[in-house]
Amino acid sequence: MIDIDWFLALSAVLFCIGIVGVLVRKNAIVIFMSVELMLNAVNLTLISFSSYYGNIEGIILVFFALAVAAAEAVVGLAIIIAIFRNNLSVDISKVNLLRW
Amino acid sequence: MVTYVFIFLALLAIASALGMVISRNTVNSALFLVLNMVSLAGIYLLLEAQFLAVIQILVYAGAIMVLFLFVIMLLNLDAEKSLFNRFRARYFVAFLLGVALLTQILYSAGGMAGVLPEISPEMSSVGTVEAVGDVLFTTYLLPFEITAILLTAAVVGALVIAQQKIKPKAEND
Repeated sequence: MIDIDWFLALSAVLFCIGIVGVLVRKNAIVIFMSVELMLNAVNLTLISFSSYYGNIEGIILVFFALAVAAAEAVVGLAIIIAIFRNNLSVDISKVNLLRW
Repeated sequence: MVTYVFIFLALLAIASALGMVISRNTVNSALFLVLNMVSLAGIYLLLEAQFLAVIQILVYAGAIMVLFLFVIMLLNLDAEKSLFNRFRARYFVAFLLGVALLTQILYSAGGMAGVLPEISPEMSSVGTVEAVGDVLFTTYLLPFEITAILLTAAVVGALVIAQQKIKPKAEND
């Protein structure tokens, strides 16, 4: 069987790809998908710890994280649609609603 | 055998994640993310978390990604044209920040090499639907109910945000 280090390393790599995606891309939807990637990486960490300790709490936590991610996706996409209605773009460098 | 499957799935996950960040077309990004989630579900199966592997495919690769694709198609976006065309300071800073964070996480995880657990004997009995449901509906019943309220609030909030505002008529009447 594989050591837990490899699962943690894979999770770290996916998390950092998600961070770079959030920082680099300008499309709001792709930034949102990068956030989902980071959530998935953290879920992988929780599941591997839970599986290697033989403890079920991590899996329960991933279940709740999934529910929160679904709610977040719904509200976030609604916000993106609302922003798109107002200025016909999802380019976040052109959105200056909260900028002063 | 398990090691080869893990290597294959891990390479697939990393490659599809990179493809998601790099590809210019938003639809391609979403499809790469679906591939990433399916390969992660395979890795969950390797970790004996069968319930979460199924949930991952049903909820993430099914529901959430369909929602993403629907929004992308609805907005009818064109591709980002100036991605990686010319050197920019922000790309450099972002890449540097990502590499720094990765080394930091790997270093802190590697420092715990002696502390990290070996394979637990109960590993095969953790991830089944029966075990998860047993804990979820006894110990964690209240958070489970709160999740239902959270999802309802999210749906109502999405409706309120995305509702078409009716423009007020001209003020001559």
